[in-house]
Amino acid sequence: MIPINHALLLSALLFAIGALGVFLRRNVITVFMCVELMLNAVNLSFVAFSRSLGTLDAQILVFFVMTVAAAEAAVGLAIILALQRHKDTLDVDAFDVMKW
Amino acid sequence: MTIDAVLFYVLAVVVIASALVVVGQRNPVYSAFALVVTFCALSAIYGLLGSPFIAVLQIVVYAGAIMVLFLFVLMLLNVRREEGPKRSKSMRVAAGALALAFVAEVGYVVTIAERGSGSATFDASTKPMAELLFSPHFAYTFLATSVLIVAALVGAVVLAKKDEA
Repeated sequence: MIPINHALLLSALLFAIGALGVFLRRNVITVFMCVELMLNAVNLSFVAFSRSLGTLDAQILVFFVMTVAAAEAAVGLAIILALQRHKDTLDVDAFDVMKW
Repeated sequence: MTIDAVLFYVLAVVVIASALVVVGQRNPVYSAFALVVTFCALSAIYGLLGSPFIAVLQIVVYAGAIMVLFLFVLMLLNVRREEGPKRSKSMRVAAGALALAFVAEVGYVVTIAERGSGSATFDASTKPMAELLFSPHFAYTFLATSVLIVAALVGAVVLAKKDEA
C-alpha cells in the first residue's frame, strides 16, 4: 500500500518545480511545458485523494482536467505560433504589451 | 516495505529528476523529451494508486497527443537553445524561496492531517468510471467538454492561420 501522504508530497514537489520553471525560464514554450507539469501535479493529488477517500469523483475531475489541458495546449501553441510570427522571438520578456 | 511501495519511491525519484531536467535544460527539445519521461512515470504511479483508466489516459493524452503537439511546434519554429542571460540573481532567489515555502506549507498540512488509505474494494477501472461519467450527475459537463474542444479547434485554426488582409 502506497502512503497517500507521500504521493501528496510528491505532487507538491512537482508543482513547486513547475512554478520554478515558469519564473526562471525565458523560452515561452518551456514556460508552457512547466504549466503542463503543474497541471500534472494537481492531477496526481486528485488521484491520491480519490484513493484515500474511496470515491471516483476526483478521477472524473482528472478526466476533465486532461480534456481542458488538451484544448489549452492546442490554443496555446497556436498563440505561440502567432507570437513568433509577429515578434520573431520566443523570449517571454519580449511579450509585454497586449497590442502592437 | 512491499514491492508497490518500493516501485512508488523509484518512480517518484524518476518524476522529480526528469521534472528538474525539464526546468533546468536550456534546450527546449531536451525539455520536451524529459517531460515525456515525467508523464510516463506519473502514469505508472497512477497505476500503482489503483487508477488504470487515468493511467492509460495519461499516456494517450499527455505523452501521446500533447507532447506530439509540443514537439511539432518546436520543430516548426526551429527552436534553438535559449539565448541571452539567465534571470537575475534576486529573481532566482525569490523564486526558490517561494517554491520552498510552498513545499514546506503543503508538507506541513499533509503531515498533520489524519487520512485513511482507502478501502480494499476500490475499483477505478473503465466500467465504473464510464458509469459515473455518463450518469446524469456528470453528463452535461461531459457535453460541455465537447463544446470546449470544438471551440479550441476553431480557435487554434483561426490563431495559427496567416493573415491574408
